[in-house]
Amino acid sequence: MTNSSSQASTHALSTRRIGLAIVILLILIFSLAPILWQLLTSFKTTADIAAIPNVYFPKQLTIEHYTEIFRRQPFLRYMFNSGFVAITSTLLCLLIGTPAAYALARLKLPGEQIVLAATLIVTLFPYILLFLGLLELVRTFGLANHYLALIVPYTAMNVPLTILVMRSFFQQLPRDLEDSAKVDGYSTVQMLLQILMPLTLPALVTTGILTFIAAWNEFLFALTFITRESMKTIPVAVAQLSGTAVFEIPYGALAAATVIGTLPLVLLLLIFQQRIVQGLTAGAVKG
Amino acid sequence: MSKTLRDQERQTGWWLLAPAVILLLLVYAYPIGRSFWLSLFTQNLGTELQPVFTGLNNYGRMAIDGRFWQSIGNTTLFTAISVLLELLLGLGTALVLNQSFRGRGAVRTIALLPWALPTALIATTWTWIFNDQFGVWNDLLMRAGLIKTGINWLGDPHWALWTVIAADVWKTTPFIAILLLAGLQAIPNDLYEAHTLDGASPWQNFYRITLPLLMPQILIATLFRFAQAFGIFDLIQVMTGGGPGGATETVSIYIYATIMRYLDFGYGAALVVVTFLILSLAVAIAAFWLSKLRPAGDWR
Repeated sequence: MTNSSSQASTHALSTRRIGLAIVILLILIFSLAPILWQLLTSFKTTADIAAIPNVYFPKQLTIEHYTEIFRRQPFLRYMFNSGFVAITSTLLCLLIGTPAAYALARLKLPGEQIVLAATLIVTLFPYILLFLGLLELVRTFGLANHYLALIVPYTAMNVPLTILVMRSFFQQLPRDLEDSAKVDGYSTVQMLLQILMPLTLPALVTTGILTFIAAWNEFLFALTFITRESMKTIPVAVAQLSGTAVFEIPYGALAAATVIGTLPLVLLLLIFQQRIVQGLTAGAVKG
Repeated sequence: MSKTLRDQERQTGWWLLAPAVILLLLVYAYPIGRSFWLSLFTQNLGTELQPVFTGLNNYGRMAIDGRFWQSIGNTTLFTAISVLLELLLGLGTALVLNQSFRGRGAVRTIALLPWALPTALIATTWTWIFNDQFGVWNDLLMRAGLIKTGINWLGDPHWALWTVIAADVWKTTPFIAILLLAGLQAIPNDLYEAHTLDGASPWQNFYRITLPLLMPQILIATLFRFAQAFGIFDLIQVMTGGGPGGATETVSIYIYATIMRYLDFGYGAALVVVTFLILSLAVAIAAFWLSKLRPAGDWR
């Protein structure tokens, strides 16, 4: 390689790096700007929020909107409802989905292809197609304004993902382990509980995080099956906040409520980013 | 006669599978099947909410229901534009995140953030950003001198659907980016090196190696996003409620209003059935494509 051509290639390389830096910066702005703006709004004074032109660097910050939402509404209760429903349905979902995933990964069952295909297809149907039938069931069983009205559908809607992620996990496990357990006289269920369970824990955590996120974020069922204030979950409570005052929409309080409601998920993402990506790709791509 | 080990294993398998299958039947199959049945009845305020068998009446009514056709049009437009934009942006993001640079892990985490947040809450964030009076988007455009007075993004029928699409693109581009990134990481580097030695330009590399090998992931992501976008509910319900004047009313919003606001259960069920059939058809076509393509890629 001659000197001049290597110079040209370093030059090309540095333009490339600058270009890359710019695009990365754009991605960061794209992803963060709306959230940061909402965060800033939540700490602005009401006067600054309604100022025209907009105030980008407020001289004064306040936590009044945060104290307001906790004062005016049972916000802790909403958080508890969301957390309770999401955690319960996540645990149930793992409990129901993992054995099914194992059966589909390892035991040769007649018709397993059909079950697997149905599981895949089911994930494609939006909840709006289900809510009329579920609404009837909720009424028939008197479950309106009951946690079960949310826990059951949330568990079900996460079962397909659990099956797909856990199945791909089980398929990667060496079979010898199970074979030797069988030789040692373990039954399938014993072997699942005593030998595979400890190995499965990381994959369970991965799946659990994804199902928790989906359950925490669900809106349609929570909107339809729950009408009592004390039973509402975060997404519905916040969405309806804008409708509470007819003449004045409480932008500051709304921003504060959004921040509080998204905080658990931001923390989850920061802690478990790696696992979330693994789970997402295993669930969607390897099926 | 003692049972063989094989039979025993099979029996255990069914027991392991049964709870999941029953739950899926209850929450997915039953409601949809039930909608097929209910769609044959008229059950609304006119019949004092009692079901009256009227055969295919609801479907005849749908054929001449302008609001239904408008919602189908809105849904199609919303789905086509948002999925296309998400694919392009998602692919771009994935290509960038696949480069090696310092702080890549942190950038990936931040890029995934919009996907993880509750759509209903994000909808309030975007409603605020696009507010006609105090919204920051108008403020930025005015400061840049692009517009003179604020635009009523969500209140103007010409803009509302595009505004909702923008919010959806923001929310779901990360999902596509992550799926495609996983696909990119599975492409062996030697392929590029060999091709580059043969004198291929980066663009040729992308066109001849990246794109064909990424095609399965692209199709799967498109299929997922297509189905989700077609059933879009929370984002639009919170941002516009389907307004102004039905400009953002998608099929989901119309179904919800028909059932929950007008208490027209029979007609709502017919809407559910037709939406289900349209989606099924689209999914079947996509799945057919996918199965044709599958042997080409080594994505398993």
